[in-house]
Amino acid sequence: MIPAIQIDNVHKHYGKVHALRGMSLTIQQGEFFGLLGPNGAGKSTLINIIAGLTRKNSGNVTVMGHDVVKAYRQSRYSLGVVPQELVYDPFFNVRELLQIQAGYFGKGKEINPWIDELLEGLKLTDKADVNMQALSGGMKRRVLIAQALVHKPPVVILDEPTAGVDVELRNSLWQFVQGLHREGHTIVLTTHYLEEAENLCERIAIINDGAVVALDTKEALLERGVGKTCKVVITLAKPLEQIPVALQPMLKTHEQNRIEFTLQRGSDSIMALINTLVSAGAEISDIKTEDADLEDVFIELTRAVNQ
Amino acid sequence: MYTLFYKELLRFSKVMLQTVMAPVVTALLYLLVFSHVLDEHINVYDNVTYTAFLIPGLIMMSILQNAFSNSSSSLIQSKMTGNIIFVLLTPLSYLEFYLAFMLASIIRGLAVGLGIYLVAIFFIDLPLYSFGWMLLFGLAGSAVLGSAGIITGVWAEKYDHIAGIQNFIVVPLSFLSGVFYSIHSLPEFWQQLSRFNPFFYMIDGFRYGFFGVADVNPVISLLIVLAAWLALACATLIMLKSGYKLRD
Repeated sequence: MIPAIQIDNVHKHYGKVHALRGMSLTIQQGEFFGLLGPNGAGKSTLINIIAGLTRKNSGNVTVMGHDVVKAYRQSRYSLGVVPQELVYDPFFNVRELLQIQAGYFGKGKEINPWIDELLEGLKLTDKADVNMQALSGGMKRRVLIAQALVHKPPVVILDEPTAGVDVELRNSLWQFVQGLHREGHTIVLTTHYLEEAENLCERIAIINDGAVVALDTKEALLERGVGKTCKVVITLAKPLEQIPVALQPMLKTHEQNRIEFTLQRGSDSIMALINTLVSAGAEISDIKTEDADLEDVFIELTRAVNQ
Repeated sequence: MYTLFYKELLRFSKVMLQTVMAPVVTALLYLLVFSHVLDEHINVYDNVTYTAFLIPGLIMMSILQNAFSNSSSSLIQSKMTGNIIFVLLTPLSYLEFYLAFMLASIIRGLAVGLGIYLVAIFFIDLPLYSFGWMLLFGLAGSAVLGSAGIITGVWAEKYDHIAGIQNFIVVPLSFLSGVFYSIHSLPEFWQQLSRFNPFFYMIDGFRYGFFGVADVNPVISLLIVLAAWLALACATLIMLKSGYKLRD
């Protein structure tokens, strides 16, 4: 089967900055794929290259087998992109905007029933004739999703679609996107909410500094974390002014009475951690240990590359 | 391509008061002031009053300025708000992109020109020597400025850049092109200098359509205007193909 997206040895330079360093990835049709990485890792550059918004310096990218440069028309017909920024055209209402977007892809009046379906699915029916300027941020975000889907692309890229969206809307958006995935769409998601990727994605690529540092199923990635690290959450009777220097490399978060550490199995000792804290004057009231989650794996992998 | 063209028409028609009515009123105010002050003092062509002489120049000047405004303002707005992405994500080619913006600019320019003409003929008896010549220059002139507007809109990074080109290049060139006078009334030096201004040929040829009289043979004027269009169209297409300031 032709891959939904194939990325082969792609390089991108912005002046002296090497934004993508020979990146290669294959995303199969029907996958729910997560693309994770810290800010500046190269996620947006990669998405923009796939979408034809940015030009690569070398390498090949195809969408449903169509080269994004040589066969850009076919590749763009196959792709819907939900941009990260909340952008809209203030001159038009929601229905006009969707009709115009469909028109760019050669769709005429025959697309109207699909537009009605999208409006209903995204709970926008009563806003169809409202100007974009009058919509709330959440509503605008839903319109962006409708715009990406209006030409019925088999592959959909969502670039941090839930950034700044409230919990209720986020859940309803994910229900909608999961519905699309069940219908056979390939979904590529970038998000800063690692929990989202953990809950939704089947396979995840973690990218950092323009290269893929991990690419595996969600389970296998979590396995890596479980195998290598564990989380220790310590609750104190009263806040500790300063965490001892010896514990800084293990420190993950420190909020008043709650301190979270990530320990390397085999090399770090929980007892040594507790002793060091007690020596520093800490009064420990509770200790919890947990297996690593995706966030730990993410931090671990991106930290390793940065070092 | 039709959709992008239609969207551009819809965009300016939604703010018709600003994009069509306002330039019509401005042109009519020029007409009112200049004709009132100068009508009895200046006679440019035989049997043509100064007011009648002025109208085609004002129409063409407005066509040109509005054709430029349409593409440049639409593009800078789309870039500043970020919604240009919705066009860039589509299968449209750079040629289709160019044609859609240029054709919409022509329609906006001609809509403003028609508005001024319709109001003006209520008050002044204006001859129409050749509709064909008039239309040819109207189309070619607005295509030139529509193309210039696309180049400016793509190049500009802020509204100020557009205003700069409009106020320091487009407006002076259109004012100094014979809208208010025949270049034969100028000293020799300024006459020669005017011949380097492409707006002069657009306005002179357009005026020929009304009176059958021109400072320069209209065929030569048309060839010069078409050459200017060809040059700007090539420059625009090269720019769009390269992705300059649109696809990094």
